[in-house]
Amino acid sequence: MEALELARWQFGVTTIYHFLFVPLTIGLSFIVAVLQTLWYRTGKHEYLQATQFFGKLFLINFAMGVVTGIVQEFQFGMNWSEYSRFVGDVFGAPLAMEALLAFFLESTFIGLWIFGWHRLPRGVHLACIWMVAVGTNLSAYFILAANAWMRHPVGFTVNPENGRAELNDIWAVLSNDQAWSTYLHTVSAAFITAGLFVVCVSAYKLWRNQRHGDTGTEGVTPPRSDFALFRGTLKVGLVFTLVAGAVVVFSGDHQAKLAAEYEPMKLAAAEALWETEEGAPFSALAVGDTEERYNPIDVTVPNVLSFLATGTFDGEVHGMNNLQQAYEEYYGPGDYTPNVFVVYWSFRLMMGFGLSGVAVAALGLWLTRGRERTPTNRWFYLAAMLSLPAALAANIFGWVLTEMGRQPWTVHGYLLTADSVSPGVSLGTVAMSLSIFTAVYGLLAVVEVGLLVKYVKAGPSHLVPALENDEDESEIPHFSY
Amino acid sequence: MELPVIWFIAISVLWIGYFVLEGFDFGVGTLLPFMGRRNSVDRRVAINSIGPVWDANEVWLLTAGGAMFAAFPAWYASLFSGFYIPLFAILIALILRGVAFEYRGKRDSDAWRTWWDRAIFFGSAAPALLWGVVFANIVRGVAMDADHIVTASLPDLLNPYALLGGLTTLSLFTLHGAIFLTLKTDGPVRARARRAALGTACAAVPAGAVFLLWTQAAYGHPWTLPLVVVAASALVSGVAAAWKGREGWSFAFTALTVLTAVAALFGALFPNVLPSTTDPAFSLTVDNASSADYTLTVMTWVAVVFLPLVLLYQGWSYWVFRRRVTGASVTGEGVTAPDGPGRGDGAAEPRRTPVA
Ligand code: HDD
Ligand code: HEM
Ligand code: HEM
Repeated sequence: MEALELARWQFGVTTIYHFLFVPLTIGLSFIVAVLQTLWYRTGKHEYLQATQFFGKLFLINFAMGVVTGIVQEFQFGMNWSEYSRFVGDVFGAPLAMEALLAFFLESTFIGLWIFGWHRLPRGVHLACIWMVAVGTNLSAYFILAANAWMRHPVGFTVNPENGRAELNDIWAVLSNDQAWSTYLHTVSAAFITAGLFVVCVSAYKLWRNQRHGDTGTEGVTPPRSDFALFRGTLKVGLVFTLVAGAVVVFSGDHQAKLAAEYEPMKLAAAEALWETEEGAPFSALAVGDTEERYNPIDVTVPNVLSFLATGTFDGEVHGMNNLQQAYEEYYGPGDYTPNVFVVYWSFRLMMGFGLSGVAVAALGLWLTRGRERTPTNRWFYLAAMLSLPAALAANIFGWVLTEMGRQPWTVHGYLLTADSVSPGVSLGTVAMSLSIFTAVYGLLAVVEVGLLVKYVKAGPSHLVPALENDEDESEIPHFSY
Repeated sequence: MELPVIWFIAISVLWIGYFVLEGFDFGVGTLLPFMGRRNSVDRRVAINSIGPVWDANEVWLLTAGGAMFAAFPAWYASLFSGFYIPLFAILIALILRGVAFEYRGKRDSDAWRTWWDRAIFFGSAAPALLWGVVFANIVRGVAMDADHIVTASLPDLLNPYALLGGLTTLSLFTLHGAIFLTLKTDGPVRARARRAALGTACAAVPAGAVFLLWTQAAYGHPWTLPLVVVAASALVSGVAAAWKGREGWSFAFTALTVLTAVAALFGALFPNVLPSTTDPAFSLTVDNASSADYTLTVMTWVAVVFLPLVLLYQGWSYWVFRRRVTGASVTGEGVTAPDGPGRGDGAAEPRRTPVA
């Protein structure tokens, strides 16, 4: 075992963990902003309740996104010092911009939003949550531009004197087609996830309501309005998910075309395609032999991969064996094939889990069509509740596909992962940090989920009492600690 | 002036911003156990005084780190990998502390709050101490080879100068936090904070004075002397003002102390960014650690445009929360609703609000 291996594990564990919260933050900040806007425009009490209820859940999640993000920023220097030395000139710039343009915006305005309910005029207070939503998207763009650069490096030259990558066109880095395509795909996936979060929570409340007539905490009589409220938010979540679902498919298709162009090895691995083919088939189920480098079993759909990768049914798609040979000729001896098993299955699980979530949303919209209809089928509620974990899993598998498919490179064609790790950091040190991170993260996950469940169960009336006898305004509670 | 030098200054400014701002919220966290009994309203007053701002204060650290990565990649790489264990400890502390602020009020249980209060205490005190250790070592230099790989071990980092540095930042930030509390709160917390300020001054003044003089004598340049003198006199003036109950002045003075002390450290470091004790020839300097001019130029434009904007809205957020936090305000007595219902028109009426 080497420090390299554990450093990779640490990056994977901490980043995946970070990315459980990130999609919810990106999507929920927006959804909460929309709910609060509805309240601002209509003054309807349900919208205030919905804003505060989902706002609370959003904040519980947000805290975890923030603290796990700090680790990411330090980690490049701690575990990947040679990587940092090589790319800092190019890669550091978007990272610094992210902090200056996005993190300040988010963190300042989230403070104003949490503590400003009573201190700011309503319009200004509403603007605060919108600033948070803008901030999360800016942040995503910068970090994804940095990440996209590693997969499609542009706008720099390697200085032969010091062997470092030196930036010569920041605009090329920020407008990289890989960057905006990844942004579209990741952010739409985030909206699916947040949409399904709202669907999951609303479905749970409606289902409990139907089963047990339960909507609130002990001692609070279940208010009529909770039912209408969650029927409303269910629809909001469903619409978000479905619209984002269309964008995810569209941008995912584009991601595949870019992969064919910039990282053909990744696409070939994702399809377990060993030999270059024209009119390549899409693999539905393959059992591969990575020693002999072929698939003893492969169930395929003709020509579909060629269409996905090139836009024509008989386009040429490179296979791993041909690519391996070409890379060896160009870069020298070595293994340039990623872990085919992981990459192949991540691709399928991403699409499978993600699209089943979208399908649940489509079904849900059908079942709630019209003004009155509410689903009564318990299968629907079960599916709606399972759709959230499915969406989170789809996000994770998407990243595993992207990052594992990139191996053995960190910067495609320029820097190998094996050459990126910190030479001065020992195996023992990384083992220590990895195990402590894992333990702390595990513990915090339990606490976080526990809190979410608690607040979901308690329901909105616990935060903002429902109206009795049509009074026209009610109290706005404190949001502070 | 050359771009790398400008960026050395810019990075010092970001670290100064970080320590001046997060310094007081580390101090408030460190003092939390002394501000009231467990589960008391007083503790909530103390925490709420930094509630709206601690996260944005922490972003100064992220910006400083990001700027080092972009402007001095070799510095970022050697420093962060070379100081792995202290930085790791700081990370764990910041994680627990951040979560603690957000989660402590979310369950109504004594045991729950007690645990999170401990996390706030350790999560604030540990970084306050460790940052001093780290920065003192940066100024002093560490064992580092020709490839700029730090070879110092953990015990090497715990030398007397660095430990004194840690004691200085811990006591100074605690003092700064205590004075912040006197300025931002009222009632029992304000009184306790005043006593705590005078108490911590007994440690902060001698530790700070010796550490600054040691820094100047061993590593300083002639032009860092004024910084050291200003830092020391601001520290003494800050304590004197606290004694007289001039809270605003007192806070301005401790902020000035942190500002000039950190500036003196960076001044003493210049033109190195990480000196090597193995062989001075192996040191990382402003010149051999920096990015190429193109990156520095781009970053300069970004900073010139956006840093003032950040200062503007961050300043505004401090202004919004300028009022003193009191027991009544955290429990919701006499709080006013926002201006008008619905569309933002109509009258505001005072009302009592439940505690969330
Ligand atoms: C700098 C940009 C960057 C960004 C934005 C991401 N990654 Fe990444 N990732 C890397 C840079 C990187 C890396 C530094 O290049 C790693 C570390 C070791 C390696 O092989 O690549 C890596 C490895 C890595 C691994 C382990 C791969 C392996 O061991 O082979 C996983 C699972 C992820 N990443 C997942 C993610 C997720 C879920 C991200 C979303 C937030 C993410 N990455 C964003
Ligand atoms: C591996 C690279 C990454 C780094 C270095 C990184 C860095 C950070 C940091 C430092 C924070 C904390 C900000 C704060 O304290 O306010 C954070 C949070 C966050 N990051 Fe990441 N991140 C990474 C991956 C990603 C990706 C890929 C995305 C989006 C697609 C993303 C989006 C966000 C969002 C939305 C938050 C939520 C909370 C917040 O920003 O305050 N991050 N990240
Ligand atoms: C038809 C459906 C889809 C296709 C064709 C598709 C395609 C792709 C491809 C090719 C990549 C790798 C990009 C690269 O490494 O260059 C990718 C990454 C990713 N996918 Fe998908 N995807 C689909 C659906 C989904 C769904 C439903 C989700 C989540 C809900 C999702 C989440 C992600 C994420 C988070 C990444 C990593 C970020 C990125 O590289 O864009 N995808 N997708």
